[in-house]
Amino acid sequence: MSNLDLLIQAPVLSLQLLIDGILVGAVFALAAYGMALVWGVMNVINIAQGEFVMLGGYVALFVVQAGYHPALGVPAAAAVMFAVGWGLYRVVIYRVVDKDLFISLLATFGLSILLQQFANQVFGADVRTVDSGLGTRFLFGGMVTVAEIKLVAFAAAFLLGGCLVAFLRRSRLGQAIRATAQNARAARILGIDTDRVYAATFALNAAICGAAGALVIMTWIVHPYLGLVYTVRSFMIVVVAGLGNLAAVIAAALGLGAAENFAGFLLGAEYQAAFVFSLLVVILVFRNRRLGRQRKYLK
Amino acid sequence: MSPLARRLAPLLAIGAVALVAPMLLPAFKTQLSFLWIMVCFALTWDIMGGQMGYNSFGNVLFLGVGMYLCAVVQRDAGLGYFPGLFVGLALGAMLAVAVAAVLGSGILGLRGHYFAIGTLGLGIAAGEIASGWDYIGAGSGLVTPQYPGDVDTRKMLFYYSSFALAAATFLTLRHIYGGRFGLAINAIRDDEDKAEAMGLRTTRYKTMAWCVSAVFLGIAGGIVGNMIGFIDPRDVAFAGPTFGVWMVLMAILGGKGTLWGPVVGAVVFHVTQELFWTYLLGWQRVALGLLIVVVVLFFPLGILGWLRERRPELFGHRVDEADGGARP
Amino acid sequence: MTALLEVEAVSKRFGGVVANDTVSLGVGAGEIVGLIGPNGSGKTTLFNSIVGYHPIDGGSIRFRGREISKLRVPQIARLGLLRTFQQTRIYRRMTCLQNMLISVPDAPEGPIAMFARPADAAVERAEELLEFVGLYAKRRLRAGDLSFGQQKLLEFAMALMNEPTMLLLDEPTAGINPTLINGLIERLKRANADLGITLLVIEHNMRVIMNLAQRIYCLAHGELLAEGRPEEIRNDRRVVDAYLGAH
Repeated sequence: MSNLDLLIQAPVLSLQLLIDGILVGAVFALAAYGMALVWGVMNVINIAQGEFVMLGGYVALFVVQAGYHPALGVPAAAAVMFAVGWGLYRVVIYRVVDKDLFISLLATFGLSILLQQFANQVFGADVRTVDSGLGTRFLFGGMVTVAEIKLVAFAAAFLLGGCLVAFLRRSRLGQAIRATAQNARAARILGIDTDRVYAATFALNAAICGAAGALVIMTWIVHPYLGLVYTVRSFMIVVVAGLGNLAAVIAAALGLGAAENFAGFLLGAEYQAAFVFSLLVVILVFRNRRLGRQRKYLK
Repeated sequence: MSPLARRLAPLLAIGAVALVAPMLLPAFKTQLSFLWIMVCFALTWDIMGGQMGYNSFGNVLFLGVGMYLCAVVQRDAGLGYFPGLFVGLALGAMLAVAVAAVLGSGILGLRGHYFAIGTLGLGIAAGEIASGWDYIGAGSGLVTPQYPGDVDTRKMLFYYSSFALAAATFLTLRHIYGGRFGLAINAIRDDEDKAEAMGLRTTRYKTMAWCVSAVFLGIAGGIVGNMIGFIDPRDVAFAGPTFGVWMVLMAILGGKGTLWGPVVGAVVFHVTQELFWTYLLGWQRVALGLLIVVVVLFFPLGILGWLRERRPELFGHRVDEADGGARP
Repeated sequence: MTALLEVEAVSKRFGGVVANDTVSLGVGAGEIVGLIGPNGSGKTTLFNSIVGYHPIDGGSIRFRGREISKLRVPQIARLGLLRTFQQTRIYRRMTCLQNMLISVPDAPEGPIAMFARPADAAVERAEELLEFVGLYAKRRLRAGDLSFGQQKLLEFAMALMNEPTMLLLDEPTAGINPTLINGLIERLKRANADLGITLLVIEHNMRVIMNLAQRIYCLAHGELLAEGRPEEIRNDRRVVDAYLGAH
């Protein structure tokens, strides 16, 4: 019986895949929102986004290895990655903010390779995970099993996202960020230090990714080559959802999580990565084609 | 020296050196072969990224396609070694071109970031799909047939094949850049919307450019596969983090958008890499990432690009004040 | 006189803003027609609609009798309808001569033609046109290194090289040294008279457009306000009010 037949015969299997997919999708949403933030504010597409997630995972790993509770891994990862993001902005990113897109793309691409290979050299290529110590839940009368940590991670992702949105709406820095995103020149004229805004945005993005990474290592695994697929996921979600629409980002991210899970089941786990990358190409081409009919193209 | 001789002299000199190099440096035959392969990589990337402004992070797709098809032909066609290799290379190139032609209409409609990331996804997806496809060996990859002869002759064969490929690539590009094709892809780079507004059939030229890259990369794939002897889907065939990235870096380092830039970049990169590999070992790839960042930030024009800014006359740009304002 | 370009009740809105509201105009073969109006009246939007830059929300646009409002930019350009840009667009990193050579009119292009060397006749014509606009001495200079005014002239020469039937010019004299404007007007008139190119010109410089055009349309607030010969337009109260602001 093929996997597809299995799905049709046992709908509870679909439910399981759907739930697992949606739970992982929340973490994708975090990384995607961060990418949209940097893209919208600084017009930089951060190819190293996934590497920030990966590094956050390793920070959480070290927190646990040092003997602390896994939950502390999330704020620790956020704090460490905030600093890393700030540092990278000051050294590399500030130079590409107003350059042409090829340069910013290549610079973050180089950064992505650097961080990925650095992790490989220093941490080793092995797959790592952190045991959260939580158990399993049984939903729908015992038919669907969900690891409790996944539920916690889902809630945490929304909480973190919510905090970020609140910060952007309420705080002065958040308002400065939004003003700069809308019109950098006007913001400068009005006295906003756009350089600081950019640094803060990039650092915030890194922090969000770091936190996401901490969640990832607790719910699944982390390894040095994890980054690229997260970058691609984030990019896809932003392309589908657009830059300004948070609800769309969440919907797209949850949808992607579910779609990936189904694809992994139907095509086989070894093809799940192939699915993600192929989906990227398909989404881009179809989006562009649709715009083309209105005599436009993806900008 | 007549102008023709002056233009041909550097080519002939390089050709002569290339022909005798394996005799002069017999211990480095494989490294020299890879030097010519790198030249081919950089030149084929530059058609897209340098001359046309379409930065492809997925040209390695064609390398892998050519590599796998050549190996499959060699394995299954039942021909002898040399006919099998020859047919494999030819068919590999043809399939690569077909892939470029078919995918081109969709992918080449994307611009800027979207094209770059889209091609990145394409290259990786190909590697992932190949890793799961049993007919071509899945994760274990394929092994290319044993050369029927001694090691030394084998190395010579692949050296001269690589050189021939690099020379063919260079001379072909040199020829087509001087015609309407060269003008068209440069116009697309400088202002694609303007080119469209002038009625230029941009899709046709973009696809053709990709096909030109594909044909030479397809052949390169077959040669590389046979040189290494073993085709791993992610690390050899669709090797994004190595070959794929090097293609981009070499062209930029040497000066993208110039004819000799990619050649210079390939030589500098390959020689540097060969020299420092032993010292850096695993940190080599970290250094690669760092190098990309440094080159892109501080030296985006590359060697020849920098030269072109300083001495535009060397590249054919000047103001003809001697002619005055009137035509002869 | 045969109508070459017929714009019928064309409307275009961007979100809530109505840029063009049922605008109609026509240009006959061989004419020079002007399009004027205060800033924001929708002139460039109309141009963009005509050449296919964006879809229109209503109305019809016909060129040589053929409906073009659903065609793409390159298709419309190949039919013989070209435009120049307000910000002047040329191929900055190519030489002036190369800019000209890539602007030859479209011809059926198989792989062989795509790789061919530029024809001698094309090179000659390119050089003639460069001389026509006074850029012959700069033909080997990179287009991006020219002054703004020279780039405008190059763009104009490139358009002529393409042998269009009709040319839409978006503010051809903007940013040009006033002493050179007469020369440009002369060249536009010669292109029209000698090469038979029909012109539709957006202009802010009243002296230029009154001198150049045979008929003038005036837009204001996205609508067609007035139409007529230059003298009629000059004396039209509504046009004066539109520019100066009626109370």
